This record gives sequence, structure tokens and C-alpha cells, in this order.
Amino acid sequence: MDFAFIGVAWTARWAILSGLGISVLVSVLAIVAGSFVGVFVGLGLTFGVRPVRWIARLYTDFVRGTPVLVLILSSYYILGTVGVHLDAFQAGVLALAVFCSSHIGEIVRGALQAIPRGQTEAAKATGLTFSQTFIYVLMPQATRQALPSCVNVAAEIVKASTLLSIIGVGELLLTTQQIIARSFMGLPFYLFAGFLYFLVNFGIERLGKYVERRLAISAS
Amino acid sequence: MGYTLNFAVVWRNFGLLLSGLGLSLVLALVSIALGVVIGLVTAFVLNGKGSLWRGAAVAYVAAIRNTPILILVLFTYFALPQLGVRFDKIQSFVFTLSLYAGAYLAEVFRGALNGVPKGLREAGLAIGLTEWQIKSSIIVPVMLRNALPALSGTFISLFKDTSLAAAIAVPELTFYARKINNESFRVIETWVITSLIYVAACVLLAALLRLVERRLAIPR
Repeated sequence: MDFAFIGVAWTARWAILSGLGISVLVSVLAIVAGSFVGVFVGLGLTFGVRPVRWIARLYTDFVRGTPVLVLILSSYYILGTVGVHLDAFQAGVLALAVFCSSHIGEIVRGALQAIPRGQTEAAKATGLTFSQTFIYVLMPQATRQALPSCVNVAAEIVKASTLLSIIGVGELLLTTQQIIARSFMGLPFYLFAGFLYFLVNFGIERLGKYVERRLAISAS
Repeated sequence: MGYTLNFAVVWRNFGLLLSGLGLSLVLALVSIALGVVIGLVTAFVLNGKGSLWRGAAVAYVAAIRNTPILILVLFTYFALPQLGVRFDKIQSFVFTLSLYAGAYLAEVFRGALNGVPKGLREAGLAIGLTEWQIKSSIIVPVMLRNALPALSGTFISLFKDTSLAAAIAVPELTFYARKINNESFRVIETWVITSLIYVAACVLLAALLRLVERRLAIPR
């Protein structure tokens, strides 16, 4: 049984690797796009004029109130119906990016609000514009505050990328399921896929810890 | 565009969606209840000394938290029967979600346990309570009240995770939404209404938990 598993896994090594590659690619794209949008959502939540703030609030609450699976299915089915033709991969990345942006938005809002008001006022008093205040005063501090939570979101996205298998994106889980369908070795291959995800997430966690240590303000 | 909105099919099947929501809530409730028990025990083991048990608890929490829940769900349902462990769909999902909830709640509880002042334990010892009495009537109640804000977030995200039961055809909300979608092709209507039901449920749940929080929080 064990040797048979190794044989099947070796035969399917390129399929597994390409599945893993697609999982990582999906996650990276979603995290990058989601973080970019998320920063603006967070700014809108914190500093936006009232209508902007309401829209940002509505967006984050709606996305955060919906399960990721429902977001993915909606993005896959609805966009096609409306005439925006995305393939499963694009629709999936879009859904994950939206999910990511709402979480990053909330984290950025929390981090920005944790910065004492006096700093913004001091920046204003020295004549900095809003974008200068954001880049030189708020962002460096907010980044330190937000980083641990952002790493959690990144791990969350990698895990959520498995849901793309349901709409037929050939990522690691779908590849695994196809191998299982051929070989009837559910037990070892699910364990193996789980282990690969564990490695990726564990790596992200370690990386996060490292960056956090590097960015920490020394107590001198 | 050539697509006219027509909600008739969705309204005709609204009862189905609501019954799905009912099952989602039941799944969440049962899994959370079991997860709280697992999480509490794990948290105490994590904070304890016994090195073997502690190692097992660390491994359990790390393994579950770093593995996508969809893989866990599929593993329990499709792979465990190969070992002779047979559940029906609902039992299998509740089993998985409870274990998943346990790992996340263990972290929440562990954090809250560290926030319980040492003096309380010493006071308990001083008035002659046994170790069990100190834990059950002093530390756990104080810890739970400290953990409330973090708990409500975890509960809501566990409720959203019940949508994954659709992957093994448990007839909950997402399952019915997919069914209506596939039978009627009223794509937009189905997914908009389904998302709104989830959002409404999450908002109500959050309001309820905030009420409980306000009632139970330790006044400062």
C-alpha cells in the first residue's frame, strides 16, 4: 500500500507540482491585488467623507458576511451571465482578491485608528499634505501594527484557494482529487495534499514572524 | 446584456433556502458547542506542563490551523471510511468542523487564560479550593468573559464555514443555492439572495453576540 502510494505519487509528480504552482499563483495574485485594494478600503473606512465611508463599510460588511465559497460561486456564475467572460481561474482569483481586500481593509482601519490623533495633527501643523502624512507618518507605524494580522490573512487565502477546486480550477486539491479518482488511494493522497498546504502555511507563518522581528522597534 | 431579473423562482424556493439556513445554523451550533469543549481542554493542556500531552496539543492545533478546511472535510468523509471509520454526511461534517473549531478556540482560550490574573488562583488556593474547583468556578468563568470579543469573531467565521458542507452534499444553504442555480439558471437572483441571507444571519448573530458580550463583560 505504502509503496504503491509512492509509485503513484511519483508518476503524478508533475501534475502535483503544477497543481501546487497554480495554488501558489492564485494565492499570490489574490493577496497582491487584495492588499492593494484593501489599503484603499481601509483609508476609505478611516478618513473617507461620509458617503465614501458608508460605501466602504457596506462593501466590507457584505463581503465579510458572505462565506468565501459563496463569493467564489457568485463570481464564477454571475459575471458570466452579465457578459463579463472570465474563466474559472480569473473568476476565482477575483473572488479571493475581493475577500482579501475586505479583511485587509478592516486590518488597515484598525491599525490607522490605533495611531494617536496627535500625530496627524502634528503632521498637519508642520504643513504636510494628506498623502505625505500617510506615507511618512501613518503608513510606517500602521504597517508594524497590521503585519501580524496580514500574515494571518495570507495564510487564510492560501487555504481558501482550495475552494477553487469546486469551480474546476486545476489547483492542488483538484489535482489530488483527480489522482485519487484514478488510483482509489484517498487516504494517503488527502494526507499528502494536507501536508503540502501545511508546509506552505507554516512557511508563511515563519516568514511573518521573521519580518515582524525585523520591523519591530527596538526598545532603546 | 440580454438578462432580465426575475426573482420568481427564488421566491418560490425561498422556503428551501430558509430550511438550508436552518441546517447551517444547527451545524454551526453543534460544532461550536463541541469545539468549545475541545478548545477548553486543549487550552489547559497547552498551558500545562506535561510534555507529551502538550506536544500532542501543539501538533493538533498547528496541523488543523495550517490545513485548509475543505481538505479536512473531504478527508473525513472520503478517506476515513478506508480506515473503517464511517459517518453519515452530517455527522462527518460536524465531526470535522468541531475539530477545526477546537483548534481555533484553543488559541483564543489560551490567550484569554494568560490574561487571568495570577492572584485569583492564589486566592482560590488560600481559601482551600481544590485545583478542579479553582479551574471550574474561578478561572474558566473569568477567562470566558475576557475571551468574549475574540469568541464572537470565531463563532461567526465558523458559521460561514458551514457553507463547505455543500462540498459533500449536506443540504444546507449553499447546497440549495447551487441546486436552484443549476435548475433554473436564475444565476444573479439566486446568488444575490443567498449572499443576503448569509449577511443577514451574520449581522443578527453579531448583534446577538454583542448583546451577550455587553451583559457578561467584566465591568471596568
